[in-house]
Amino acid sequence: MAMQESMERNVWGLVIVLAIALSVGGIVEIVPLFYLKSTMEHNSAPELIWQRQDGQTLNDHKPGDGMRPYKALELAGRDVYIREGCYLCHSQMVRPFRDEKERYGHYSLASESMYDHPFQWGSKRTGPDLARVGGKYSDDWHRKHLRAPRSVVPESVMPNYPWLKGNPVNDSIGDHMKGMQMIGVPYTDADIAAAAKEVEGKTEEDAVVAYLQVLGTMAKLDENKVYRE
Amino acid sequence: MDATAEQKYDYGVVRWFTVMAAVYLMVGALVGVYIASELAWPFLNFDLEYITFGRLRPLHTNAVIFAYGGCALMATAFYSVQRTCATRLWSNKLAWFTFIGWNLIIVSAVISFPLGLTQGKEYAELEWPIDIAIAVVWLSYMFNFIMTIANRKTSHIYVSNWFFLGMMVMITYLHVVNSLAVPVGLFKSYSIFSGVQDAMIQWWWGHNAVGFYLTAGFLGIMYYFVPKQANRPVYSYRLSVIHFWALMFGYVWLGAHHLQYTALPDWTGSLGAAVSLAMIIPSWGGAVNGMMTLSGAWDKLRTDYVLRFLIMSLAFYAMSTFEGPVMSIKTVNALSHYTDWTVGHVHSGALGWVAMVGIGAIYHMMTKVFHVQLWSTKLVNAHFWTATIGTVVYIVAMWVSGIMQGLMWRAYDEYGTLAYTFAESVEAMHPYYAMRAVGGMIFLLGTVLMVFNILMTVAKASADGSVQAARTAPATA
Repeated sequence: MAMQESMERNVWGLVIVLAIALSVGGIVEIVPLFYLKSTMEHNSAPELIWQRQDGQTLNDHKPGDGMRPYKALELAGRDVYIREGCYLCHSQMVRPFRDEKERYGHYSLASESMYDHPFQWGSKRTGPDLARVGGKYSDDWHRKHLRAPRSVVPESVMPNYPWLKGNPVNDSIGDHMKGMQMIGVPYTDADIAAAAKEVEGKTEEDAVVAYLQVLGTMAKLDENKVYRE
Repeated sequence: MDATAEQKYDYGVVRWFTVMAAVYLMVGALVGVYIASELAWPFLNFDLEYITFGRLRPLHTNAVIFAYGGCALMATAFYSVQRTCATRLWSNKLAWFTFIGWNLIIVSAVISFPLGLTQGKEYAELEWPIDIAIAVVWLSYMFNFIMTIANRKTSHIYVSNWFFLGMMVMITYLHVVNSLAVPVGLFKSYSIFSGVQDAMIQWWWGHNAVGFYLTAGFLGIMYYFVPKQANRPVYSYRLSVIHFWALMFGYVWLGAHHLQYTALPDWTGSLGAAVSLAMIIPSWGGAVNGMMTLSGAWDKLRTDYVLRFLIMSLAFYAMSTFEGPVMSIKTVNALSHYTDWTVGHVHSGALGWVAMVGIGAIYHMMTKVFHVQLWSTKLVNAHFWTATIGTVVYIVAMWVSGIMQGLMWRAYDEYGTLAYTFAESVEAMHPYYAMRAVGGMIFLLGTVLMVFNILMTVAKASADGSVQAARTAPATA
């Protein structure tokens, strides 16, 4: 109690001891995630990441080749997804349960969101999980659904997003890719230079559909492989 | 009228923070009721991009946490630190800077969220220029608070100030780390962290916004205002020391329990859950210490409506700090995660604990800093019952819908296939979403009564000239 007594008499002592006590939990739980190899599955399963050859563009990637950075249009769609707050009702994180596997597919891996700044795992499923929604519905269905969700899913409580089809895609998407490149997303300078052309004439609706259609399709997961201990 | 206090302390900035806290609680609840109604009746989105659920939900959470919660914490901290240290604020000017800065930040949130400017991290959605402003204003608040304590005329630092200090230091850490981002435009940035690390940092922030901003800070409020309103000393000093340090050290670890069964490594989630279970003890230590402060004076609950708010808040605090650890257990979390149960849990804390203890403190301060009686104590009682009933209706609706969702998602029929489509689970939620909106409306009605009562009290003080009289009267002691 002598230490307590002295802290109650000296505010600076109290502040310093607090600053130390408050930092421990965060350091123990967060710092190892940056260096423990077991955190990211691609350390033991390198096929999860796309090995891009020199001169290849993002358009040379085939579904299943492994994780890659988002193409310009997909990234623009992701920006709209974040702007509209989609993550507040849709998760992108399938848990390893039988019902989730049947409803959504293989459980999500950490490596699958390694290029996601910020992560979009979500915390609430007012609507269904979208981690593997890519390829499940046609582009046409998505457009109808975005414009008027209840026209295709009568029970839905999602807002209509009719304005997306009229908005041109943000033409500074190259700057966004450059920002991503600065923090470690492997965009090449050629990717960034080509960005404006990739999104030319596209609408925000095109972008969101492109984003939704790529979700969960980049890497091919092996049903029989244990990715996480 | 307490002329001595008016002349000895800086009450001006406290008056403004107090009134604004009440106003923001009403506004935050109003937005909440609207978005709850959108989920029950989606036509309310009106095809207007600025008012969709996705854009208004951050406005709701930020309004209640940072506008209401922030003003309540700043009002109470600036008020009680002066009273407990027997000295005026280190800098009255800096306190006004904090007030104006904080309110400008709130205005910027009201503008930027409907426009869709967001960092996309829950409760940390404000874009990078506003984040920088938050850091500056927050440090001005903390520095003024610490320096006021350093100037104190009392020998020891009172317990409420420990809690406020812990909250201030921790929020500084959380805000700075979680907001680290690379700007790609004036109002667009990307978190420098990605995927699993970003998730852990986000929930380290997310849970501690609850654990420190809304718990430690509001426990600081509890430790000053419950004993004052009950006119009894804190039940146990020893208990307050133990639960303070346990809470400070332990709460920080809990964030990982938001990520059970996700791609976060198992060790992190399990560690978070284990510490979460242990946190029942210090949490209840605080609740017991607050409630037992009333021992020997329980009869006051019959007549003192402000005290009712404070004690009811502790009951909700005890309940939600039991519920939280239960939900962090992996088997429970497997069912509750992603469902409305989480939303119900948050609101039993936010409406039952954070709002009610703050409301009690606001009513208490109104009489002290405006030097008048409340315009109507009957309205305080009406507010108490609407707040309590509204909260209970809300959380019951969310418990039922949350557990039902969780069970429907994992239900199998006799052929071994999933019994329900997702859309069927959405349809089944409708009555509970309607019920939740009604609960919110009842709570909102109470906040309207409060704001009306407070404005009438200010008008009365102004008509009586009570603040002016207190300023100029010869001090009695």
